[in-house]
Amino acid sequence: MSITIGKGIPKVDAQHKVRGDTIYADDYTVPGMLYGKVLRSRYPAARILALRTARAEHLEGVHAVITAKDIPHNELTARFGQSTSVGVQFEGIYRVMADQEVRYFGEPIALVAAETPELAEQACQMIEVEYQPLEGIFDPVRAMAPGVRQVAEKPQNIASHFKIRKGNVEEAFASADVVVEGAYQVPYQDHAYLEPESGVAWVDEDGTINIRVSSQVIEHFREVAEVLDLPHSRVRYLGTWIGGGFGGKEDITVESFLALLAWKTRRPVKLTYTRAESLLTHSKRHPFFMEYKTGAKKDGQIVAVQARLISDAGSYSALSPWVLLYATVNAAGPYHVDNVWVDSYAVMTNTPITSAFRGFGAPQVNFAYESQMDEISHRLGIDPLELRRRNFLRQGDSLDTGWVYDRPVAISEAAEVAWQALGPKPTSPNPQVAIGHGLGAGMCSYGRLTFLHDTSRSYIKLELDGSAIIRCGVPDLGGGQGHILCQIAAEELGLAIERIKLYITDSQLTPLAGTTTATRQLYMSGNATLKAARILRGRMLEKASGMLSVPVEDLEVQAGKVLSKSQPEKSVGLVPLVNRMSTEGEELFVESQFNAPFTSIPASEVIEGQIHPDYTFGAYAVEVEVNRETGALRVPRIVACFDVGKALNPVIVEGQIEGGGIQGFGYALTEDMKIEKGVIQTPSFAEYLIPTAVDVPDLETILLESGTGLGPYGAKGIGEPPMVSIAPALTNAIYDAVGVRVTSLPATPEKILMGMLAQEEGGG
Amino acid sequence: MKKRTITLIVNGETFELTVVPNELLLNVLRDRLHLTGTKYGCGVGECGSCTVLLNGKATLACMTLVVSVDGKEITTVEGLGRYDALHPLQQAFLDHSAVQCGFCTPGVLVTAKALLDENPHPSEEEIRQYLRGNLCRCTGYTSIVRAIEAVSKEAGF
Ligand code: FES
Ligand code: FES
Repeated sequence: MSITIGKGIPKVDAQHKVRGDTIYADDYTVPGMLYGKVLRSRYPAARILALRTARAEHLEGVHAVITAKDIPHNELTARFGQSTSVGVQFEGIYRVMADQEVRYFGEPIALVAAETPELAEQACQMIEVEYQPLEGIFDPVRAMAPGVRQVAEKPQNIASHFKIRKGNVEEAFASADVVVEGAYQVPYQDHAYLEPESGVAWVDEDGTINIRVSSQVIEHFREVAEVLDLPHSRVRYLGTWIGGGFGGKEDITVESFLALLAWKTRRPVKLTYTRAESLLTHSKRHPFFMEYKTGAKKDGQIVAVQARLISDAGSYSALSPWVLLYATVNAAGPYHVDNVWVDSYAVMTNTPITSAFRGFGAPQVNFAYESQMDEISHRLGIDPLELRRRNFLRQGDSLDTGWVYDRPVAISEAAEVAWQALGPKPTSPNPQVAIGHGLGAGMCSYGRLTFLHDTSRSYIKLELDGSAIIRCGVPDLGGGQGHILCQIAAEELGLAIERIKLYITDSQLTPLAGTTTATRQLYMSGNATLKAARILRGRMLEKASGMLSVPVEDLEVQAGKVLSKSQPEKSVGLVPLVNRMSTEGEELFVESQFNAPFTSIPASEVIEGQIHPDYTFGAYAVEVEVNRETGALRVPRIVACFDVGKALNPVIVEGQIEGGGIQGFGYALTEDMKIEKGVIQTPSFAEYLIPTAVDVPDLETILLESGTGLGPYGAKGIGEPPMVSIAPALTNAIYDAVGVRVTSLPATPEKILMGMLAQEEGGG
Repeated sequence: MKKRTITLIVNGETFELTVVPNELLLNVLRDRLHLTGTKYGCGVGECGSCTVLLNGKATLACMTLVVSVDGKEITTVEGLGRYDALHPLQQAFLDHSAVQCGFCTPGVLVTAKALLDENPHPSEEEIRQYLRGNLCRCTGYTSIVRAIEAVSKEAGF
């Protein structure tokens, strides 16, 4: 009988969040605090000829002005907790501040700390920067041409290049009955979390820098220490409850700036970005330019996929190599295809940094391959669900890297359930409005790249009164990453969840649990916590066995007690049990480590074998209404079905799907980030339109529980997967409604209207 | 700038404050009264994270000069419920898991209260319309709408 698992128990953090009591990063103040401000580049590409800070330094109330020359290590390899060096092909560069040249509009050039935010701003304006503008490189496709200026000392501006070479595509295309080709383009996307980047730092009496910050990766304490040339042990991250991350708080944001300013002034410093600063300067989802060719037999069997993927890697590579790798591995989607050929490139340009964003390369290629599937379905006259069912990956099939996937795959069920729940297409009551149905299926990994050798640790301690403490370094983005550890411990130890105190996200006081990225926390830290809880539980059962004279195998844990399965009257309460354990010197605490599967670093740019621990599969079925006169779109229904393995807390799982689905809805339809010559033209929520409550319908969620995941109790990860496959479901539905194939996102009414007009012209 | 003394009644408590004419209600609440439940999400009236009740009406604190609310009653998220008794909306947000990162939550809760005070039994469409100024990036709004619907169906509301 389960105590907490499978139940929709309210999250422990929601309790203080609904009261407004949660102390987010900007809600914290320290006496004597200064305010930081960043001076940023006004050019996307320029040499810095002179940088004069004297006037700003002399302004009364200004305590520090810092530029690149003051930074011990201004440029380093971006690490995210892994200890191995994975090679230039797989590593990004992190530069704290521009040094002699700027590569993107908004790049940091100087830092100021002053008594008030206004003074800090004023000081920034007093810093004189002399620029010599350089030719900006803005188009990644052009950037690869020979002779084009190098943005970042990379030949042909290529930061990474990967290949898939599976089977023989040439022969397979020759044998195909139908071949479809298409070019697809997906745009920037901003995370648009409601909490702008923020933190406060101070230096302790013993010279340790403490940074209280909203970050998905507290392991960055190591990089910040390296920036300052301090021992790693002298920098501590105290993570906060995070006001949304989605990958945008995965790279370092304000932390190095805070550490530098606090170290120099020896005063506490706060730095919070304005919304415009956040939208203008933090990393974005990579735009991709994709050429796809897919070949199928008459019966619908896909025989070959060929793809050329170009990602705009922006001005610093950051996580671009990994994102590209994910896209490459996902290029053929959740289908069994014997012949796959992929060439993918991450290309540097003088545009904003592009890096991690929920889905991490998977949504981009998913839009392309699911558009191709839809075209094949129309060309062959096979129903979209049926076509996919004939090709879906099954246990024992191989992915495009050749890795044999030997776990059950419930993608066919997921697609069928979603499609059937959507039901038959209603007839439109209004001849001006066309109704369409669309299907999109996809896959998304959970857990990090296996060659990064990922680990997580968690600690549990029992108290004498039967309460407990969990310490685990997991940053919590609001997805229940911390809470679920309490549910796991409560289940194993028979504890009431209210009696568990949870400590998370402190790089020195909680065991390091790794990044809250890559949909890995339930899988990794959930398993570490489960492991610790089971060791403790074993000790409890051992002791109870002696106390009750019942063999361990006959004992079970229930809420607040341990009892005999065969003679339920024989039981011992948690409190006497724990006290006995304590008296007899048993250890009431456990710290455990969970290791993901480890593989070696790919030996060449040809990617083969296992790259991720596992994948989550799911599908969306949607209904759209398109106005034939205006191209205006309404989406009355969205149905999502995912195999989540096991829903440890179904309400939280549904919430991940609802939120991820609507974030994907914005990507597909409303979020139109305009960039001209490297400068973002939409730096506000009035211009960059994330979905509001009136734009979207209730998202209908159906959970499948195959029990086959690698997480605790058979769970799979669900943080990122819902971002995948809604976009093509929507554009496929638009095609179904009005016959317009949108090949570049977002699918705005203008594009749909233009498509309809072109059709009219084409049709005479 | 010329300073002025004003009176604010916040969550039932009266405060006398000396303020300059360009001070924003949001900053006064957060920095001077230490009521940090009300959030800065954009500072320019585009996200709803800073929503408070001003004499019962949902108002954006980032767009409100504090001198303009002299003598008025303000309710922030901290004033919705009490420690031993959550407001029914707060309880419903817990029960329906309408809180993910929670950063939009204070503004959404306050807006929802204004809605139900005005219109105790709104339709789903009316709820969505009323929330259009409150951005949430985490939930996709489904659970928020359901939580508000649940409260509006409860007796006595
Ligand atoms: S902070 Fe006031 S509306 Fe965004
Ligand atoms: S819960 Fe995160 S923005 Fe709404």
